[in-house]
Amino acid sequence: MLSKKLAAAPWSDRIFDLVVYVAITVVTIATLYPFLNVLAISFNDSMDSIKGGITIFPRVFTFKNYETIFAYSGLMTGLKISILRTIIGTILGLISASMLAFTLSRVDFQARKFVSTFLALTMYVSGGLIPIYILIKNLHMMGTFGVYVLPTLVSAFNVFVIRSFIDGLPYALQESAKLDGANDFTIYWRIILPLTKPALATIALFLAVGQWNSWFDTYLYNGSKDELTTLQFELMKVIQSTTTNADNFRGRNMTEVMAQISPESVKMAITIVVTVPILVVYPFLQRYFVKGMTLGSVKS
Amino acid sequence: MKAITTKVQPEPKKSPLRIWPTFLQQKYLYMMAIPFVLWAFVFNYLPLWGWTMAFQKYKPGKAFFEQKWVGLQYFRELFQDEQFFNALRNTLAMSLMGLLAGFIIPIIFAILLNEVRLQVLKRFVQTVSYLPHFVSWVVAAGIISKMLSTDNGAVNDLLLGLHLISEPIQFMAKGHLFWGIVTASDVWKETGWNTIIYLAAISGIGPELYEAARVDGASRLQQVRHITMPGIRTTIIILLIMSIGHLISIGFEKQFLLGNNLVRDYSQTLDLYALNYGLGMGRFSFGTAINIFNSVVSVILLFVANGIFKKITKESII
Repeated sequence: MLSKKLAAAPWSDRIFDLVVYVAITVVTIATLYPFLNVLAISFNDSMDSIKGGITIFPRVFTFKNYETIFAYSGLMTGLKISILRTIIGTILGLISASMLAFTLSRVDFQARKFVSTFLALTMYVSGGLIPIYILIKNLHMMGTFGVYVLPTLVSAFNVFVIRSFIDGLPYALQESAKLDGANDFTIYWRIILPLTKPALATIALFLAVGQWNSWFDTYLYNGSKDELTTLQFELMKVIQSTTTNADNFRGRNMTEVMAQISPESVKMAITIVVTVPILVVYPFLQRYFVKGMTLGSVKS
Repeated sequence: MKAITTKVQPEPKKSPLRIWPTFLQQKYLYMMAIPFVLWAFVFNYLPLWGWTMAFQKYKPGKAFFEQKWVGLQYFRELFQDEQFFNALRNTLAMSLMGLLAGFIIPIIFAILLNEVRLQVLKRFVQTVSYLPHFVSWVVAAGIISKMLSTDNGAVNDLLLGLHLISEPIQFMAKGHLFWGIVTASDVWKETGWNTIIYLAAISGIGPELYEAARVDGASRLQQVRHITMPGIRTTIIILLIMSIGHLISIGFEKQFLLGNNLVRDYSQTLDLYALNYGLGMGRFSFGTAINIFNSVVSVILLFVANGIFKKITKESII
């Protein structure tokens, strides 16, 4: 059917189509190939990989690389902390953003203007790296789990996205609940939250990805705390250690791991472990985040 | 999502006498908002107070009034430091390149993608194109340095295979290639994601416009030029202003993860400079001075960009 359409089209449109499909193919390969290549190498025997020539299929299939990295204690701790901070950070972030959004959606709320301005300003002013570091230090939050969730608890952007969603709900729902004797918190919890699900799903994805991908806070505040390490931080150490600035390397057991298999395979296997959770989740949430992105950007 | 705003909410009554009763009546709303106001005060506004460090010979552990004030000494030091201008140059170069590529390429990609008639293919390509956005820069940096490596890196293999080069290029060790590598990495990671908003804008264009153009005998390219492009003009302008506002605050994540000592002269941004000097060497006051400089320039750029666009297009974001 497509070829028939093409045949009927003038030649300029046929060239146009050709350009479109070639460009789309190149982009798809350029995006996908690196991931498939890394995946193949992570499942390939590490000594064999050194010879090169692995593309998207492993040549000598093995689980050895994964067995080795999972035997390293830092990885298991990192996995645990990464999962924990993703769950806790997402839940706390969702509750606080939606709660604030609800109060800001209420036109009759007395302090609405003040709270809204106070929050909006945080999008434009930032003290910068060093003052924040000093603050965290003075609050005695260095070397604690709290440093992963507290400093980034509320994002004004997320609040405004949820608020514009609540604005679209009919106010009559709240009014009738009030007549039934519900207080504002009950209205938020029992009526607004369930109705805001699509917006919350988008924000939850953003928060979860942000938490899962974060590494700099670990580097900055918890770099010496082995029990609070994260997957991203472990991967960062491994990658940095094999590039030229080996002086940044602070891992202990990793050298032993390196001796057993080539560092290249270690890198690739950890990369896959760090990437898989997102790989599994994001296609399912696609329709939510596409909606959320559009909504948020247009409104702000 | 069409927000049909059925605002029948009561308008706030403006009477000072009613403040206390209203407060009591809205105590739950206050209880839901106040904790976060306090939070924002601590984590967003208190660090601004930390800016005073730039004007003091800051010693950790000492109280505010015990610090020694030195006026603009650290700013003078900053403007005399060769590394500072180096960092400023790198920041501006990389952000300009990033702005240009990161702005134009998603528009082109969105238009191309929109022209794909096979819906299944379109959706597949779109889903694939988001993928890099969701991985961290740590993962991306690992993958990019693997692709660019001299032994069995895909890029070198491809160039060798096409006989474009005779021996592998040491991409990660060449300073003059670093800006390009960062820009290309950014394009690889974010193009698909940045396309979403343009695709949404394109889908908002009425199909009857295309129909009319087809009847008039317009080719596909002409339809893109005269219907699609004008149709997303507003979106383009708003996003352009927003990205200009962030011009100088490109951060340091990519540069930190992709850079190494060999390319330091090209990889050090203002933020990385503040990190290395301010935290790495414990020169808190000096580092804060860099932060302040960075913020001031960002704000100026934002207002200048907004002012210019307001004049030209009568559209503004502030």
